[in-house]
Amino acid sequence: MIQPAATDLVTVNIDGKEIAVPKGTNVIEAARRVQVDVPFYCYHPKLTVVGNCRMCLVEMGMPAVDPATKAPVMDPATGKQRINWSPRPAIACATNVSPGLHVRTTTPMVKECREGVMEFLLINHPLDCPICDQAGECKLQEQSTGYGRGYSRFIEQKNVKPKRTLLGPRVMLDDERCILCSRCVRFSKEIAKDDVLGFTDRGSYSTLACYPGKKLENNYSLNTVDICPVGALTSTDFRFKMRVWFLNQTNSIDTESSVGANTVVWSREGTVYRITPRQNDGVNDTWMADSGRLLYKDVGGPGRLESVRVNGAESALDLAVRAAADLLAGCGAAVVGSGRSSVEEQFLTARLAAAARATPFLVARAGKGDGILVSSDRNPNLRGALVTGLISALPAPRLGALGAQIDSGEIRVVLSVGEDLLAAGLSPEQVAKVSVIYLGTHANATSAVARVLIPTLTVFEKHGTFVNQQFRIQRFAKAVPGVVGATDDLLVLSRLVAAAGGPVLGGDVGAVWASISAAVPALGTMSYANIPDTGLLLDAGPWAALPFPEGATLHFKPAVPAPVEASHV
Amino acid sequence: MPAPEQHRLIFRHIDEDGYSNDLACYQRNGGYGVLRKAVLRKPEELIDEVKKSGLRGRGGAGFPCGVKWSLVDRKSGKPIYLVVNADESEPGTFKDRYIIYRDPHQLIEGIMISCFANKVERAFIYIRGEFPEGAKILERAIAEARAAGLAGPNILGTGYGCEIYVHRGAGAYICGEETGLIESLEGKRPYPRIKPPYFPAVLGLYQCPTIVNNVETLCHVKHIADMGGEAYAKIGTPGNTGTRILCVSGHVQRPGYYEFEVGKVTMGQLLNEVCGGPLPGRTFKAVIPGGSSAKVLRFGERYRGKRKAGAEMVEYDWGVEDIPMDFDSLAMIGSMGGSGGVIVMDDSVSMVEALGNINAFYSHESCGQCTPCREGSLWMKKITARMVHGEARPEDGALLKSVADQIAGRTICAFGEACAWPTQSFIAKFGDEFKGYAQAKKAPRADGVPELV
Repeated sequence: MIQPAATDLVTVNIDGKEIAVPKGTNVIEAARRVQVDVPFYCYHPKLTVVGNCRMCLVEMGMPAVDPATKAPVMDPATGKQRINWSPRPAIACATNVSPGLHVRTTTPMVKECREGVMEFLLINHPLDCPICDQAGECKLQEQSTGYGRGYSRFIEQKNVKPKRTLLGPRVMLDDERCILCSRCVRFSKEIAKDDVLGFTDRGSYSTLACYPGKKLENNYSLNTVDICPVGALTSTDFRFKMRVWFLNQTNSIDTESSVGANTVVWSREGTVYRITPRQNDGVNDTWMADSGRLLYKDVGGPGRLESVRVNGAESALDLAVRAAADLLAGCGAAVVGSGRSSVEEQFLTARLAAAARATPFLVARAGKGDGILVSSDRNPNLRGALVTGLISALPAPRLGALGAQIDSGEIRVVLSVGEDLLAAGLSPEQVAKVSVIYLGTHANATSAVARVLIPTLTVFEKHGTFVNQQFRIQRFAKAVPGVVGATDDLLVLSRLVAAAGGPVLGGDVGAVWASISAAVPALGTMSYANIPDTGLLLDAGPWAALPFPEGATLHFKPAVPAPVEASHV
Repeated sequence: MPAPEQHRLIFRHIDEDGYSNDLACYQRNGGYGVLRKAVLRKPEELIDEVKKSGLRGRGGAGFPCGVKWSLVDRKSGKPIYLVVNADESEPGTFKDRYIIYRDPHQLIEGIMISCFANKVERAFIYIRGEFPEGAKILERAIAEARAAGLAGPNILGTGYGCEIYVHRGAGAYICGEETGLIESLEGKRPYPRIKPPYFPAVLGLYQCPTIVNNVETLCHVKHIADMGGEAYAKIGTPGNTGTRILCVSGHVQRPGYYEFEVGKVTMGQLLNEVCGGPLPGRTFKAVIPGGSSAKVLRFGERYRGKRKAGAEMVEYDWGVEDIPMDFDSLAMIGSMGGSGGVIVMDDSVSMVEALGNINAFYSHESCGQCTPCREGSLWMKKITARMVHGEARPEDGALLKSVADQIAGRTICAFGEACAWPTQSFIAKFGDEFKGYAQAKKAPRADGVPELV
């Protein structure tokens, strides 16, 4: 990270603690740096500031100066410059730091302001936490405990509003719970660029709604659920499925495209319940696409491969590895690697190709980019294949070259790492001509004809890393145990490498990284454990000339070469 | 001391027989003469005249007009807009409506002079949605002025041009708040903007520097340009210059609009002499001096303190009747001159029911953007409505005050104060009536007092 120049720093005093923060920082963020919590609802660091919830009211003051001479006015009691405190509280979210600004967050006035706002927010809010999906991650719950009075003085009728409005296919609205913070409205307008939400009616009867004839159905709609501070917006997929406090959170990476949005996988007892974005200001800010959130359904989905098979008959891993090695030992083998494999798997795939003297291929996966967080390269780890040396040029759109070599009889055995060869461009005749070894998670046309079939794990069941479009290497971790009958890809590949006559490499992510850092200069100083949660940018220089297909996304500009950082780690 | 004569500047002609709102009539009475002279002067001179005049805004806040104009960012290179706030919605106020209906050309002349002074080439009259006739009158007047070369391109052959547009609101009180008005004018919901950073003088309409002035204020500009700032400053009292239209409504013999030099008439003179005193057999109980959001004054209470008289400080000891009707005196005794809407209540009025009315208005008009006003105004309304129509509790008064205290000073715009001040002042001054309302309700009504439906 480039440190801001010293001249851009502004020193402020928050609850007696001095801190220098970059110019343009607001008081909420400045306070966060000195561990002072300023509560808020409507403020969101990635959206425009509207200042409507009034929860972040604090006292502010500036050092006193004599109006005539501009000399500081000293307070004889303390010997310090006197502070002119503003008689009115001000919102911290819309106030940027200025030199000498003093902030107080613990005074009776601030306490009273927070109690007042909390009371107002709750008087018309249904107190239905026991049946509310947001319970456990609800800002209203947390802050009423932290800053509210704890009792109610409201004896009137609460307002009645629509309880179940389907804003779009994935988002359900309970208007009574809505505190009108307008985060979802601003998100739709500013980030998703799909201005469909607004308020109707006015005053306390204001109601969130879609514009007439519109729906909240863009591919980012579920982010409104994430940023809703209360239980007003809920995901139709997740609601009523599980209490959030039962769920484990595991850091992961969205595999749907080369953007590599950072995610959290929420799971309990081996079942994934939802995927939410994880903040990474260099990649996805706090957002992710809806499409990536449903990928967990693959884990237990239909067609999951659950038994090792050799020539159609159930077998054991050792026998299958032996059989595969025997097939590969015959002349004319090809290895079809995958841009969906992790860096570690691609490293082993490259070793396997070398050991078996097989030609490596990679399957290109093109789609439509949306300019936000889904790029046109739907392989999450194409650049990993370049870094690990599995490939040295961008893959052709179809496996045409492989097809030609099969037609010519040059290739008679094809090992595919999770890629459906028919979907990737081979004809059924071509596939029929070769012996197929298939490592994968789900049944497809290729697995159906495989001589050797070894079930492996989905991204949620294993550890690994991906290199995204910025050449940022990012970690994902195992959220749930693998299904019975499937084996970790790393173990399968390392066994295959050894059986094909290659070196004996470890079959877990730590051991593979020992080999990677020894063999791949670009990753020389790293290990799986020391990659930060927000990833590390690699030197993209060696591949800068390649014509990568992606257009711009949220934090990626294709025309500009990827930033070169002096050292990694 | 007898009440002074009215000093009619703005309303000089409106009650004259045969005075109509067309251009010919206006010009017969010397109309546009000031504009003709003004466009021959330097714009800066005109701004100086307004500064020297000490003119204070007539919309409610009483902010000095010259200062407002001097805050405008003239270096940004962006166009400067003038927005005329004709969204006169403060309950008890009906002065701008008469200017627009009876003498629209006076307003247009004031606008054109102000635009010329500030080098504005686009002016917008934001007129209240409930004034459809007013909008038509203005449209016609603008067309007449345009045809006569008094508005539009190349005014009076000077090469300077300024277009005036009429924009009708959709019936929301909050559109009278200047930044809410600007949002509405831009076609959005009239959510007032946060200040800082969105001060209209810098980031106003379409993020350009914008002057927002009240209708009456702009009419005063015409008279200032006519007589000069110094001469104008001699009218009224120091710091409260010029004349002021007072709209008296409620329980007096002769409600209506009256124009006086600011500070030259007292509340007592206004109500007892000018308006003929209370209705037969009644006595005054309370008066709201500046539109419904101003704090109520109770007849019989005394206001004591020190005030400036020239260079000296003198003690004062006033009853409601002694208060001079100017901005500073009314602010000094804890209320405000506001929009000049004087609402009089006599002894037939239940203050709980009156507050119920006011709270119903404010809860209906709260825009709903920020929490304290949105929730607090409706809560206060629900409490007073329950007191009137359901069960009143002795502690409701204290609860009402506590809710109001949680609103004022914590909102995005001044609506927070506008909706909290009535409750705060009603409870402070008529607290016993709120405590005893449950009992009072059971008593039979006095003769002639209408039953609430």
